[in-house]
Amino acid sequence: MIKVTIDGVETEVEPGTTILNAARQIGGDLVPPAMCYYSKLKGSGGKCRTCLVKVSAGSAKDPRPMPKLVASCSTPVQDGMVVQNITSPEVLEARKGVVEFLLINHPLDCPICDQAGECHLQDLAFEHGSAKTRYEEERRSFDKIDIGSKIQLHMTRCILCYRCVFTANQITNERVHGVLNRGDAAEIGTYIQNVIENDFSGNVIDVCPVGALTDKTFRFKSRVWFVKPMYAHRNCDKCCGKTTVWMKGDEVFRVTGRKDQYGEVEDFICNDCRFDKKLASDWTVEGPAPIQRNSVQAQNKYLQGIKVDAPKNIGYGNISDR
Amino acid sequence: MARKLLLENINVPGVKSFNVYRANGGYRSVEKALKTMSPDDVMEEVKKSGLRGRGGAGFPTGMKWSFLDRKSDKPRYLVCNADESEPGTFKDRFLMEYIPHLLIEGLIVSSYSLGSNTTYIYIRGEYRWIVDILENAIAEAKHNGFLGKNILGSGYDLEIYVQPGGGAYICGEETALIESLEGKRGNPRMKPPFPAISGLYNCPTVVNNVETLATVVPIINMGGDEYAKIGVGRSTGTKLISACGHMNKPGVYEIELGLPVDEFLNSDEYCGGIRAGHTLKAVVPGGSSVPILPAELFYKTKEGVARLMSYESLSEGGFASGSMLGSGGFIAMDETTCIVRNLWNFTRFYHHESCGQCSPCREGTGWMEKVLHRLEHGHGSMSDIDLLVDIAKKIEGNTICPLGDAAAWPVASHIRHFREEFEYHVKFPEKVAHSPFAHSVDYKRELNTVLQ
Repeated sequence: MIKVTIDGVETEVEPGTTILNAARQIGGDLVPPAMCYYSKLKGSGGKCRTCLVKVSAGSAKDPRPMPKLVASCSTPVQDGMVVQNITSPEVLEARKGVVEFLLINHPLDCPICDQAGECHLQDLAFEHGSAKTRYEEERRSFDKIDIGSKIQLHMTRCILCYRCVFTANQITNERVHGVLNRGDAAEIGTYIQNVIENDFSGNVIDVCPVGALTDKTFRFKSRVWFVKPMYAHRNCDKCCGKTTVWMKGDEVFRVTGRKDQYGEVEDFICNDCRFDKKLASDWTVEGPAPIQRNSVQAQNKYLQGIKVDAPKNIGYGNISDR
Repeated sequence: MARKLLLENINVPGVKSFNVYRANGGYRSVEKALKTMSPDDVMEEVKKSGLRGRGGAGFPTGMKWSFLDRKSDKPRYLVCNADESEPGTFKDRFLMEYIPHLLIEGLIVSSYSLGSNTTYIYIRGEYRWIVDILENAIAEAKHNGFLGKNILGSGYDLEIYVQPGGGAYICGEETALIESLEGKRGNPRMKPPFPAISGLYNCPTVVNNVETLATVVPIINMGGDEYAKIGVGRSTGTKLISACGHMNKPGVYEIELGLPVDEFLNSDEYCGGIRAGHTLKAVVPGGSSVPILPAELFYKTKEGVARLMSYESLSEGGFASGSMLGSGGFIAMDETTCIVRNLWNFTRFYHHESCGQCSPCREGTGWMEKVLHRLEHGHGSMSDIDLLVDIAKKIEGNTICPLGDAAAWPVASHIRHFREEFEYHVKFPEKVAHSPFAHSVDYKRELNTVLQ
């Protein structure tokens, strides 16, 4: 075991643990946010740069600080490493910058977005962002892209975290989508108007940290805070069959994978469970699911009467885009 | 006349062919290394030479080689980075086109030292005609027993393959290059692990620039100690400089490191001075990604010390008043240059070439380009200038690979040294708007003269 100190809190972790996972073992406010890292997806992380931290001492052997901020999700801890997260003004400033960059091409259409209330970008912007944007240029827009009967892609909301690409690569047989183009013209797309249809494709919805990939069987049926998450299971020959069903009374509104406190699914579930089993009789309901950290139901900290200067040209979406 | 090591035989007719190259002393280093030296001996000579990577970062080559995981039972790879794409840099092209066997010779010796039996030349896609030149040189070397099985009876086998890339600037970054070589999208990898531990096909890999590998030839021929005597301080040996811009004699020059910048720019042996009737305004000494230097900081540092063409001297003063030798892409600009337009042009390039993987570079480069477009066309405001500085600050150091820095440094330095010119664009929009050309007053006068 090796010792690492994060924001003054010392902990012991296995060699090879990343700074982010070491912080997660401690828990609380000193856990860096992560938009692209997903512990269940090999190779994910390092891209969004929201988890940047300052390493003020590299290790006990070499206590020199690292010259640049590092991505905590991909940097392994060393014995005696000292890390600053929320105690470093430099980190907070850099993170504020990252939020500003991410919000350049992400419309603040939370009022009509199905991810509202469980969106990691909302939390990130609330905790680390600025109430104003300095971006005055034209934002990018997209034609509606049809990628299948069950999944809706809203490319305008995508922050290019690559999670869905890794998911498609690692847990589905027929990967037909990926990242096209480069720079700020990069977009998630399918290979020549293809559709995403295989038994586990629905998991791209669960891993999406924003509302870019949404469930067509649930869209606009309810806000998440009006439905109750319940742990439920069924015998399934394709997946573990253990899910969270989102219910209002006896009606099942949607089915998702069970998620941990960092919003990451515990087990990926199949499309049959997710999209086709929408009757209460399909499921053995175990009881209420714990409310996730990233759910608006758990937040309870949005201040009343907070005044925010909304940016110009704020996009509320168009009915034809839905 | 300065000493030439790489371009010594450049004017020999037919030196592109094996026979002429060999007759002029070519492939001596291969014979010396394979017959009289162990792989470790070769590495030791490279370390002694003090050779620093000629691709731009200037990392000591011998040290980089020593990081290679030699305990691994996987194959080791040497990859030659010929993806020269930095605006202003065209030295590797020259070397590969006119004296290709020098690179092949350097690759054989370096591969032998690193224990690599398969070596790749990853070349910029636009250099299509050079692919043919290199493949011809490889075939000639193989035909004459310098490549293939049991080279010169030493028991050492080596194959060299040339792989053209898709023409993306980011593929010059070593991990993106490896991804591209593996047939994937050219996105930089997260480090660690470094290529020396897990590179091409997850095997230990060294990636070196064309010029670096070619320089191994004179190092082995003359010995590391002798090579280290050339140059100044930790900048040892010679360096190819690709010079362009408003000078009388643009071209590729081999200089001994430590040459005074004044001599390089103004002597007839090299650039031949700024074009007649004009004065030097600024210099980008190491390719478009390095900070720009105004004329007063180019010839002398802030402390008044004369600048030399060396890694240390050009970076003296840090980014506040210095720059970098970088890849040696030397761009000189006279007083007719519009600095705002120049920066917009550079930034357009980095915006276009950002791979889009990490948020600060993906969004930041585009944002800077749009703000600069407005400023250049007379639609900017004073706050835009500070905004640009702030965006650059938010990108710098926060990205996966150095492309973010490469985009941010020019912005920060252009504004630091030429802020008045940016303010001029804001104060006098009518003078800069709708102009299809650079709009310095002198340029306009010159243009009017031409039109009359």
